[in-house]
Amino acid sequence: MTQLPDGRYVNDAPFDADASLQQLERSDLDAPNWVLIWRQFKTHKLGLISGIFLLFSYVMLPFVGFIAPYTPNERHPDHLYSPPQSVNWYHEGDFVGPFIYPMTSEADMQTFQWVFVPDTDNPAKLEFFCKGDEYRLAGLIPVETHLFCAPGDATVFLWGSDRLGRDVFSRILYGAQLSLTVGIIGITVSFLLGITFGSIAGYFGGRIDWCINRVIEVLRSLPELPLWLALSAAVPSNWGPVAVFFIISVILGILDWPGLARSVRAKFLSLREEEYVRAAEMMGANPGRVIRKHLLPNFMSHLIASATLSIPAMILGETALSFLGLGLRAPAVSWGVMLNDAQNLTSVEIYPWIAIPMLPIIIVVLAFNFLGDGLRDSLDPYQH
Amino acid sequence: MEILRYAIYRFGTMLLTLLVVSVMVFAIINLPPGDYLSNQIAELRATGQSAGVAKAEFLRTEYSLDRPLYQQYLIWVGFLPGPHGFYGLIQGNYGWSFEFDQPVAEIVGDTLWLTVLVNLAAVLFVYLVALPLGVLAAARSRTWVDYTTAFVGYLGLATPNFLLALILFYYGHKYFDLPIGGLMDPAYEGEPMSWDKVKSILVHLIVPTFVIGTSGAAGMMQRLRANLLDELGKPYVETAVAKGMAPARMLTKYPLRMAFNPFVADIGNLLPSMVSGSVLVSVVLGLQTIGPTLLTALKTQDLFLSAFVLMFVALLTLIGTMISDVLLVLLDPRIRYEGREA
Repeated sequence: MTQLPDGRYVNDAPFDADASLQQLERSDLDAPNWVLIWRQFKTHKLGLISGIFLLFSYVMLPFVGFIAPYTPNERHPDHLYSPPQSVNWYHEGDFVGPFIYPMTSEADMQTFQWVFVPDTDNPAKLEFFCKGDEYRLAGLIPVETHLFCAPGDATVFLWGSDRLGRDVFSRILYGAQLSLTVGIIGITVSFLLGITFGSIAGYFGGRIDWCINRVIEVLRSLPELPLWLALSAAVPSNWGPVAVFFIISVILGILDWPGLARSVRAKFLSLREEEYVRAAEMMGANPGRVIRKHLLPNFMSHLIASATLSIPAMILGETALSFLGLGLRAPAVSWGVMLNDAQNLTSVEIYPWIAIPMLPIIIVVLAFNFLGDGLRDSLDPYQH
Repeated sequence: MEILRYAIYRFGTMLLTLLVVSVMVFAIINLPPGDYLSNQIAELRATGQSAGVAKAEFLRTEYSLDRPLYQQYLIWVGFLPGPHGFYGLIQGNYGWSFEFDQPVAEIVGDTLWLTVLVNLAAVLFVYLVALPLGVLAAARSRTWVDYTTAFVGYLGLATPNFLLALILFYYGHKYFDLPIGGLMDPAYEGEPMSWDKVKSILVHLIVPTFVIGTSGAAGMMQRLRANLLDELGKPYVETAVAKGMAPARMLTKYPLRMAFNPFVADIGNLLPSMVSGSVLVSVVLGLQTIGPTLLTALKTQDLFLSAFVLMFVALLTLIGTMISDVLLVLLDPRIRYEGREA
């Protein structure tokens, strides 16, 4: 700090352009929108973690066959309702590596239940990259290698087995394939319908707007579940699992679009009066072009955030439908189908591990909620 | 006078909506190929029971299932004379259940008011829980109170209703000796109303109310918190604090009233999800509401029964929404003059 002859103070430090606050703001203004959104989103830790988790889950989907030790419908008649086995590392104080104690089942003639006794003398070391039942990688390539499996006759049921002796852990992984994609397909349908009807109503206004608005009001005022039930009851029972799966996702989407259409319409009503829209119209752009090129990009990010927030409802919807027996049906494996077995109090009391699929449901739904919140909060980069 | 005119207008739109809903419901119900009677006739023919066939054929003409679909609809609603003159929904005839071989009105009977009761209890629960928790979370935002309520709220949103129901029932019975299943002690079923019966119903209501209400309460709480936080950031709050107003009084006197508005308006969103939840939970817990009836009716393609139940469920939500709209106009003078479109 030096004092000039006229009494003012001047900082001696050299001028650093990068550190200048002004400079930073200038570069911020020049940065593309998504960079700013990403920068903001990174500060939302919960949203970031959820996003990474979901990304990981979806990327994993084609390879679940590899991770799962068994195929979803592989039965172990000697291990019905086997409790979860834990993976241990130390046997009697010695390091063995990951191993499990083989289970032997005995019938208890008093309670008519299978009692499982772990054989603590013979630790069975887990094998890695071993041969098991054949599955199709990504639904195409037949493969027999599994990430891990139990040696010989021993079984590895990380989360127990169900009433037919099928591995719950493997089934949850396979179930993820359907349960997670239901939300994506459903939201795509809902997104397309919502944007189409919402933008038509908002852009053209008048009589079309009135009609679409009434439809939205009617659909929104009806309870979803009974309608879902009624629509899925209409799915012919002789259709294959894949067809049923698609139609269920579409049904979930069909009843979800009004909410989205409403917000699209509200945005359009306010944006329609902007000058750039008038300019585009003056230059002869047809309505389709104005909507697609000039209006929609304005709030696409908002739409994506709200879509993220409505995926959980679809996942829960599929679960509820399958749980009631009107959604996906066995041989298909989804979390809802699995929970169908957990319908009675017996399972809660005696075989609580049958209800384990509720954990992935809760986690995924929470993750989508946090991700959506994070996206929504970071969408207005200029606000902060 | 203004309010009366609005109420009448709202009632009119509700009737119109109901009409549209009836068309939709009837169309959806008729989507699956075949119907109950033709299935039955085919089955009876295959097993060679001609007496049964004659009865089924009689029912077919009796309920005009042999007519074109649009005529079936008009007869069902009561706009067109059936074989016995005008006798449809608006004349108070709810149709015939083929599955149970009884008039729909008789099957549904008691379950109607029990459905209303369960839903009312759930809505009440939502408001009683969401109001204090939401206000608390906003007033103490970014403290452990806020985070705990948010966490519990998120968990409530994310847990599938039916599982929550099962688990709560099990533990409720184990530790608090709450009754399992049903809406009243079996001893009171079909009995006239008495004090003991009311008590039994109330005890049975605890778990279902909690389960149905949780997700709604969680959402409502979050919205109330967000609204209240918006209000709390406004200059008038700062003024009030600066002038030395007691925090509690300041909170309830101005910001809460402002934030309360969407709270009432939200019932339109809340009610459909409540009814959905109650259908699901009733099936799981075996409550004598309309839910299990709907499920069997849909599974067996029992035309009139499922159509009536769907209509009733829709009517319930529509009436609820209408009441909330009228209440909103009563509460907030701005809406009265701003026109009806939001």
